[in-house]
Amino acid sequence: MVSPNFITVSDGDAAPAGQPRSIQDVVIRLAGNSQDGIQTIGGFLARLAGRSDQDVMTYMTIPSTISGGPSIFQVRMGTGDILSAGDRADVLVAFYQHSYEDHIESLRPGGVLLYDNDHVKPNPEDKRFTAIGVPVTSRTIEAVGGAAKDKGKNIFVLGLLARIFQLDVAKLTGLVRERFGGRTEDVVRNALLAFDAGYGYPADNLRDCFFRFEAVQRVSTRPQVTMDGNQALAYGLIAAGVRYGAAYPITPWSTIMEMLRAELPKYGGIFVQAEDELAAVSYALGAAYAGHLAVTGSSGPGLSLKMEALSWAVMAEMPLIVVNVQRGGPSTGLPTSVEQSDLLQGIFGSHGDTPRVVLAPKNVEDCFYIALEAGRIARQYSTPVLILTDQSLATRIEAFDEPDLAGLMVTAKPDLAERGADFKPYPLDRLTRHAPPGTRIASGKFPNVTGLEHDEDGHPSGNPAMHAKMTARRREKIKALGAELALPEVHGDREGEVLLVGWGSTWGPVREAVEHLRQSGRRAGQMHLRHLHPLPSGLDRIFARYRDVFVVEMNDEGLYGFGQLAMLLRARYANPAIRGINKTDGLTFKVSEIVDGVTRHPARNELRVTIPSFSR
Amino acid sequence: MSSAAPATLTPTANGVAPVRQPLTRKSLAADHPTWCPGCGDFAVLASFQRTLEKLQYPQENIVLFAGIGCSSRFPYFVNTHGGHFIHGRALPIAAGVSLSRDDLHVFVFGGDGDGFSIGGNHLVHTARKNVRITYIIMDNFVYGLTKKQTSPTSPVGFKTKTDPTGVLDQPINPMRALISSGATFVARSHASQVTHMTEMMERAARHDGFSVVEILSECVEFYPGAFDAANPRKNGAFKLIEEKKHDGSPEDAQRHDPTDEVAAFHLATLPWPGVFGVFYEANRPTKNRLEADLIARSREKTAGKSELQILQSTFARLR
Ligand SMILES: Cc1ncc(C[n+]2csc(CCOP(=O)(O)OP(=O)(O)O)c2C)c(N)n1
Ligand code: SF4
Ligand SMILES: [Mg+2]
Repeated sequence: MVSPNFITVSDGDAAPAGQPRSIQDVVIRLAGNSQDGIQTIGGFLARLAGRSDQDVMTYMTIPSTISGGPSIFQVRMGTGDILSAGDRADVLVAFYQHSYEDHIESLRPGGVLLYDNDHVKPNPEDKRFTAIGVPVTSRTIEAVGGAAKDKGKNIFVLGLLARIFQLDVAKLTGLVRERFGGRTEDVVRNALLAFDAGYGYPADNLRDCFFRFEAVQRVSTRPQVTMDGNQALAYGLIAAGVRYGAAYPITPWSTIMEMLRAELPKYGGIFVQAEDELAAVSYALGAAYAGHLAVTGSSGPGLSLKMEALSWAVMAEMPLIVVNVQRGGPSTGLPTSVEQSDLLQGIFGSHGDTPRVVLAPKNVEDCFYIALEAGRIARQYSTPVLILTDQSLATRIEAFDEPDLAGLMVTAKPDLAERGADFKPYPLDRLTRHAPPGTRIASGKFPNVTGLEHDEDGHPSGNPAMHAKMTARRREKIKALGAELALPEVHGDREGEVLLVGWGSTWGPVREAVEHLRQSGRRAGQMHLRHLHPLPSGLDRIFARYRDVFVVEMNDEGLYGFGQLAMLLRARYANPAIRGINKTDGLTFKVSEIVDGVTRHPARNELRVTIPSFSR
Repeated sequence: MSSAAPATLTPTANGVAPVRQPLTRKSLAADHPTWCPGCGDFAVLASFQRTLEKLQYPQENIVLFAGIGCSSRFPYFVNTHGGHFIHGRALPIAAGVSLSRDDLHVFVFGGDGDGFSIGGNHLVHTARKNVRITYIIMDNFVYGLTKKQTSPTSPVGFKTKTDPTGVLDQPINPMRALISSGATFVARSHASQVTHMTEMMERAARHDGFSVVEILSECVEFYPGAFDAANPRKNGAFKLIEEKKHDGSPEDAQRHDPTDEVAAFHLATLPWPGVFGVFYEANRPTKNRLEADLIARSREKTAGKSELQILQSTFARLR
């Protein structure tokens, strides 16, 4: 589905007054301060959508300051596939004057501005929107009263939205009870009072602004679950059989380690908060050496710290899952914004020739499945596997079909079966299968795992031929994985003018962009890479079917004019059709930015852009 | 925790009642050490093998890890499971092994640079967490492998390649650093004293917690004679710590109580070459224990559910 297709309020052809208008999906942006609990409303709406078998996607910005400060939460919900959080909002809820001023331009003309008229004075000259003022603060105080002050404004707004969008009140209040149930009865009661006040706000004041989602039958019969990408990844790791791990806190990775710290003991496992990232990867490697599937993770700067040990893991051939939740860099950069600028660090960031597996999930649901795949690859190839996710996936909430856990869950114990006398930790003609400590070896000779170059038995070896052989062995096993991978599917036109190539969280916006291009008469396709290293073989056959190949990435075009994946693909295929569409503003791609990038790409000579020059 | 298969066993003809072969110096021998002739580390190795002979752990359940340095080559020279990790990080990898496998006996070996410089932070935190590991530091007051640079224990004035006019910076005091970090067993020995070293190693191995033995082990190549002052064969004095016997005798009042942290600090600050033996020994729950308790408490809450059922109920809540 292509955004926005929300029916404009001012359209004359809308339903008769008082009747709700039918819509497929809606983008609601809530703008306030972080302490107002707007994430909470967003979360409720997302979970409601999930429970109502609607698709949902959220987009959240959190201020990097500790508390307070402006914050937004954008939720797009509807019936049908929701691929992006929406370029522009159909409804803007503004809690404060600054929220109104900062976000009014994100509201599309014809959209609805819902504002707290206790705090916001909209520009009366601006006739582009349907502006509805509601005394959110005073009504909340009136409804809840007492010491709670205006706490509960968010729930009041939730009630208001429930009324406007004819949401399922029983389900919503059920969610409110679940959410606040653990606290005192007062808290639940106040929340419900605020909700009722919002829901019961006199209808005439809402200027006949009511909508109903079209009923579309979902194909799947599985119930939907609603969660953010970090949750999906954490549960995916558990399903993959990860029982041990270690990390050091850093945004936006931290919530994964927090969840694993709380969850793993239930499964008999341990998650260690280590003293730093190098210690963390070392702990995890210890658990891996001991025969477990283990995980460590971080965000950009922390991944850099792990690099030395990751080279050891390649050399010693240890299975390990490493998660990197990318954020804006370099250095502390934009710690709460999104960027895809760790790809080359992920693939090449270590010293020495260190062929390494790098995967990237395409959406929240895929965060779950990619963890399972990482576990499978790490075990099969006895190698570290890096999952590159990002800040937007980490915090975005989506609804997806509940996975078939019974069919997917892996529970593995260290394999301590006695090894034969011919056991070799690094056989030249086979994949490594380590004998964890506790394993008896028939020869009576116990193995060492080592970061020194070694022979098949794991003995240090400075023999030049041996280093060449072992280097080739480490390379060939990763190439073998590449040969095993299926070619990615192409969405849209299977040949034509434009192929959009993406990786990671840009999957949804790129897909919508392809639909836009096709609707405007272009022959366009999308190819999304989940396996970034090794690349599946045969991509060149796909590239050859298009005139232009644009690699869409949230990273810089670099010194040579290509983003990180584009550079890799160029190096791999030496195909001059490969170019990049890049951005570095720390925000997710808007669909329109991708479409514009294609239609006005400088390489197509359709637009002259002035680039500041630093040469004298 | 999965417990390991039985130890080195010789199956009998009918496959029952296998008999464990005792650990001997022969069964423990692996690669011939690559150290320079006369290096103090040879004696440390001999003492360690003797210690294992005394402890008689199942051979397959012994794990040795090390970082990088001459001393860190240790795991290649003992026939057990083990690994040669990266410079300074042997403690965290060993902690990962120890915490995830309660059936193993985990030993770490390394030098002064590996332990007190690049790995200094890990030493502090592994000690604080009291992870069940026995750590043997071969302190030679110099960087051996990289050929005579200043180490964090090099004394002021010692001429190295990185301090050709003599070391300027104050060295670390290993005993003091270890005690204040929270290590629960802290001892000091000398590579010329095989019996003492073996005794310290055995006590360290039997200690339930993070136990460390610093062994002054001479680098004959780059710092010959460094520890003569404590070597009776070189006219030095190997002064032992006398530990309290709790026998009520008047002499006992003068003896050292290893559970007394302040007294241990006092011993640690005695002038060179100081004293040898157990400085500090305390009982504090290990991280291994605390994590096992946490698992037990969490499992109480999930009463009898399978791993699959636990994850399924989590997903049910996310519907
Ligand atoms: C990250 C890293 N930095 C530096 C080195 C080089 N290096 C190897 S061993 C060593 C010092 C060894 O000294 P010590 O730990 O005292 O061991 P010894 O050789 O004296 O037994 C250094 C600096 C390395 N291997 N890795
Ligand atoms: S250089 Fe020194 S520490 Fe290294 S093996 Fe030789 S004597 Fe021992
Ligand atoms: Mg040294």
